[in-house]
Amino acid sequence: MAREIEGTTIFEGGQAMKGYQLNKMCFSFNDPENRKAFLADQAAYMDKYKLTKEQREALASGSVLKMIEAGGNAYYLAKLAGILGLGVQDIGAQQTGMTVEAFKQKLLDQARQ
Amino acid sequence: MARIIGTLSTSHIPAIGNAIAKGLQNEPYWKPFFDSWPPVREWLAREKPDVVVFFYNDHGLNFFLDKMPTFAVGACAEYVSEDEGWGIPTIPSVRGEPKLSWQIINGIVEDGFDPVMCQEMAVDHAITNPLLLMFPDAKWPVTIVPIAINSIQHPLPGPKRCFDLGRAVGKAIEAWPEDKKVLLIGSGGLSHQLDGERAGFINKAFDTECLEAMVSGVEPLTKYSALDVVELAGAQGVELMCWIAARAAMQGEVKELHRTYHIPISNTASAVQLLSHTRAVETAKAA
Repeated sequence: MAREIEGTTIFEGGQAMKGYQLNKMCFSFNDPENRKAFLADQAAYMDKYKLTKEQREALASGSVLKMIEAGGNAYYLAKLAGILGLGVQDIGAQQTGMTVEAFKQKLLDQARQ
Repeated sequence: MARIIGTLSTSHIPAIGNAIAKGLQNEPYWKPFFDSWPPVREWLAREKPDVVVFFYNDHGLNFFLDKMPTFAVGACAEYVSEDEGWGIPTIPSVRGEPKLSWQIINGIVEDGFDPVMCQEMAVDHAITNPLLLMFPDAKWPVTIVPIAINSIQHPLPGPKRCFDLGRAVGKAIEAWPEDKKVLLIGSGGLSHQLDGERAGFINKAFDTECLEAMVSGVEPLTKYSALDVVELAGAQGVELMCWIAARAAMQGEVKELHRTYHIPISNTASAVQLLSHTRAVETAKAA
């Protein structure tokens, strides 16, 4: 897609194809049994969903920006974040390179625009 | 004939469900949002809608990228919620209104839309949170019809397409021969972005423009493309499409009965807006 929006990855066809396996794995986490199976043996679970090398490395790094770059979609990645116990402010802080407190302040400051 | 009594639009942020489950409604962080609901509930108790038609977006619970519908209409006898992978509290199942679902499906296909038709559908916080906010005792006095608008995979339907969808749905509802009162819900928004370096983006000026347009008519918002909305409202702010469709379904005169706008809840500019439908247009009645 030609249009660039600052700090935003548009999840279009190319990203959807690139991230298919990773997002499929995350979609499976809607089922609590699958969450248990993932936590019991993450490597085996990633094998089952045929995650790419880039996707595995992104998950190992814990970097949400890398997961997005590897084709992860926010709505499906949210389920992984849930398993890892990360809230949206934690994720926001991580992606913007801020502390969680600073990120929360940034949100509050926007009320005074 | 069925009658559209109003449009209630609300943020559906998952944290709202958790706050309800933990009883945090009167905590300083939550109070500005929850305080908007008693007057809405009073109106609901007075008006007694029979059916609630939801314009909402699925968050990767019911739909995956293997088959991603642009628009989908539920025609189920019952809708069940799930914990979505991260443990949001579930709600008692909600009865559907299949007759109205098919009325809407038939009507909008006639008007040039190609919806996916669903007889099994899990519903997520975009449905459960507004229901709990409207009816805190979780004893649902209404049936529902969910209409899902794709907000996950681009290309997304933009404001113009969602406006036209709303128009077609409204027309189909008003042509339904049952003597029922129908409430519309625009679920989601307003501006927010969870992913990317721009996470935490909120746009009060644009949200205000949208809230004003909800009152005077959302047609001016159709000048924006879906990507314009991503830029102006944030990657997940595209849930605005649900508000646009819900408002477009209501033709004739409307009156704003309630508005709350509060930054932030979680990463989102939260909003609740209630519009009553004071007079339907004659053409809708004649259809």
